[in-house]
Amino acid sequence: MQGITKNDLIIRIGGEGGEGVISVGDFITLACARAGLDVYTFKTFPAEIKGGYAMYQVRASTEKLHNQGDIFDVLCAFNGEAYNNNRAFLKPGTAIVYDSPSDFTPDIPPGVHAYPIPMTQTAKEMNNSRAKNMVAMGALSVLFNIPIESLREVLTTKFARKGEDVVKGNLAALERGRELAAALKKTDPWAIGVPKSKQDVIVMSGNNAIGLGAIIAKLDFFSAYPITPATEVAIYVAKHLPKRGGTLIQAEDEIASISQVLGASYAGKKAMTSTSGPGLALMGEMLGMAFMAELPCVIVDVQRGGPSTGLPTKHEQSDLFMAIHGGHGDAGRIVLSVENVQDCIDLTVVAFNLAEKYQCPVLLLSDGSLAFSTQSVPYPNPDSYKLVERTRWNGEGEYQRYKLTEDGISPMVDPGTPGGMHIATGLEHSESGLPSYASANHEAMQGKRFRKLKGVVNDVAPTEVDAAQGAGMADMGIIAWGSTIGVVREALQRLRAEGYNVKGFYPKLLNPLPAQQFEDFGASCKRLLLPEVNFLGQLAHFVRAETSLRPESYTICGGMPFTPEMIVNKVKEILA
Amino acid sequence: MNAPLQPSKYFNKVDFKPKEYKDEKTPAFWCAGCGHYGVLTGLLRALSELGVDPNHLVSVSGIGCSSRLPYFVNSYKMHTLHGRAGPVATGVHLARPDLAVVVSGGDGDGFSIGGGHMPHLARKNINITYILMDNHVYGLTKGQCSPTSREEMKAAVTPYGGMEEPLDPILYMLTYGATYVGQAFAGNAKLGAQLIKEGMEHNGFSFINLLSQCPSFNELDTAVSFRNACDQVDPAHDISDRNAAMQVVYKAKQEGRIPTGLLYKSERPALHERMAELVTRVGGSKDYDLRKIINLSRP
Repeated sequence: MQGITKNDLIIRIGGEGGEGVISVGDFITLACARAGLDVYTFKTFPAEIKGGYAMYQVRASTEKLHNQGDIFDVLCAFNGEAYNNNRAFLKPGTAIVYDSPSDFTPDIPPGVHAYPIPMTQTAKEMNNSRAKNMVAMGALSVLFNIPIESLREVLTTKFARKGEDVVKGNLAALERGRELAAALKKTDPWAIGVPKSKQDVIVMSGNNAIGLGAIIAKLDFFSAYPITPATEVAIYVAKHLPKRGGTLIQAEDEIASISQVLGASYAGKKAMTSTSGPGLALMGEMLGMAFMAELPCVIVDVQRGGPSTGLPTKHEQSDLFMAIHGGHGDAGRIVLSVENVQDCIDLTVVAFNLAEKYQCPVLLLSDGSLAFSTQSVPYPNPDSYKLVERTRWNGEGEYQRYKLTEDGISPMVDPGTPGGMHIATGLEHSESGLPSYASANHEAMQGKRFRKLKGVVNDVAPTEVDAAQGAGMADMGIIAWGSTIGVVREALQRLRAEGYNVKGFYPKLLNPLPAQQFEDFGASCKRLLLPEVNFLGQLAHFVRAETSLRPESYTICGGMPFTPEMIVNKVKEILA
Repeated sequence: MNAPLQPSKYFNKVDFKPKEYKDEKTPAFWCAGCGHYGVLTGLLRALSELGVDPNHLVSVSGIGCSSRLPYFVNSYKMHTLHGRAGPVATGVHLARPDLAVVVSGGDGDGFSIGGGHMPHLARKNINITYILMDNHVYGLTKGQCSPTSREEMKAAVTPYGGMEEPLDPILYMLTYGATYVGQAFAGNAKLGAQLIKEGMEHNGFSFINLLSQCPSFNELDTAVSFRNACDQVDPAHDISDRNAAMQVVYKAKQEGRIPTGLLYKSERPALHERMAELVTRVGGSKDYDLRKIINLSRP
């Protein structure tokens, strides 16, 4: 029973939290990646601990994937709620695999391919009621050509530590699911493509990848306070940092975590914290001190829906204002944002390099959907990363911590160094570090601290311009940041395939804004669109403030990322 | 992580007189008659007795009159934000356990704005020394009630008298799990020095409350009233008994007295030791092969 191969397939699994929805998604993802397919997942789960609707969407393809896709091709519904939540998306041609008999009887819309599988009942018959998800996964593997050998391997590896009986029980349920599905007549065209070749990849979530990037960058000290959706960064670091001899502490609050980070930084160590919007808000005062006392530090903000407690588990890109300007007084920061899991590794390393070089806070913005999205990326070669360390005093002459230099960067010194004693203070200070409120001194020191940041643009890769070969003036240029970039990439491919002349511009350095690069891009487009997932159009504000460009803002804030289709439709609407 | 060093490792390095621990670039500039001079004298004496190498000493403070103290001490130093000296010092110490770290700050800094940090310094047994310079008033902002002010204090924001019960830092610290708790009148620099010295030698979180008069903004607690109210704790007091320490404080309070000296001391592993033990347990080192970590994410 083989469907028509579709190189790019999206399967959505929905059910009650705790029913094994997440593990089915993980197993399918890992199996596909193991077999050589590119994977990109998307998850939503309730903010509450028990129960509630959980959803895991796997997109697998023989081609490189950039986003979670428009909507699913296949729905696997574990219960009535999952069915009801997704009923509206069942269009002619989509397939649904559902638990039957169960607490619900779906009214299958015309043209939708339906496959009832007795998931709960079969698991019960096998005296293994927790294996309901395995029955479902077996059925999915047959119906849509999920690489079964890889699936069995992944399953065996994952359950190995729970004992042979658990492995056997789950494999048996998987096989039973396969038999049940094989007995059905396949009517839909969907099947995952056959991978071209096996690549050496790793599969990670955005949060874990940030942790890995930090460890590659030789992180020494990590402190954080638990907060959704950033906690997994700390969990990953907690597991692996001790292996590298580093120190991790869970602080009593976010103020303490950034304070500890600055203490460790003063002590000469590479230090980092991770948080989400509410935590970043609490860190504001200390970030001002980090700028004032010129202490290198990396702060990861995995953005969630705001304001206030907002939508803790949902996706939003609404902390840009706070990241750039949150805090009192004129204070500078470097702000980077990540597009995907690859960036989560690479730009975290860049963030450390910039913090060390420029002796200031570097904020790395991720977001709620990237936090939990697992993606396959090429196996990173840890030796290929260039690592930067702060400039340290050479021991000559009298040490002046805040010496006025041409580029504004003054050598640091680690405590314990003879002759290097100095004070790091939040008060305005002279070159020695001692307080000085003299007006000429404040002007000179603010000039020094901001002068440093002028070099940053040269230390970050030039902003990527996404243009077809030989493209001249585009009818529409799209500026995007964060995980929205991946959505725009695919939208542009589709638009070009339909004959549209469109370009993309994907800044990862958001502060200081590479204004000239924006200007150059703007000059090559007739119109500009800036889609972002927040209410105010935050990047659009900055672009209007810092460049001569006037991009049209396209904002959504429903707790979900854009889809390629939304961008395609918007561009068509504007250009019509 | 640097190998944890026994506290004694950063002592007996130099033979400096107390005045050699003074930072000559910034002479102390508190008001005439301020109790904080006594705290400074005690600290300098303790440093001299311990023979701490100033290069291996980090003085950390928050904001307030008392938080200016690091400026006057020959050492590496951080003058941080209001209430945050404790966690900043934690970061310095955990990153470099081979350094001696001393925090100084006021009653408002430590028990009002920074009050949320105090339990965690104590319960985690962070190996730093915290000197509370407790003058029962906000001085830098020119006289407002602090969390240790007497209830009857009339101050700038309480012109009709206060309405709040003062807290006792010593009782909190005993409850939070500090492993070294002592108290003295700041004017008794000899006792102050002894407590600071022992506190710095103690492996774990040491808390020393030094009652310090503010002649400018607190008329209720003067050098004379503090001195007259202080009693040296009974030599028979069992310093390893936390309940007994609390009883001593409660009883003295009922009688309007202040117990001074070492009130409580116990031994348990400090956080940096537990962390070093964890690194050893997982076979951690700077040379640990990154690929072994990355391999775990292969599908």
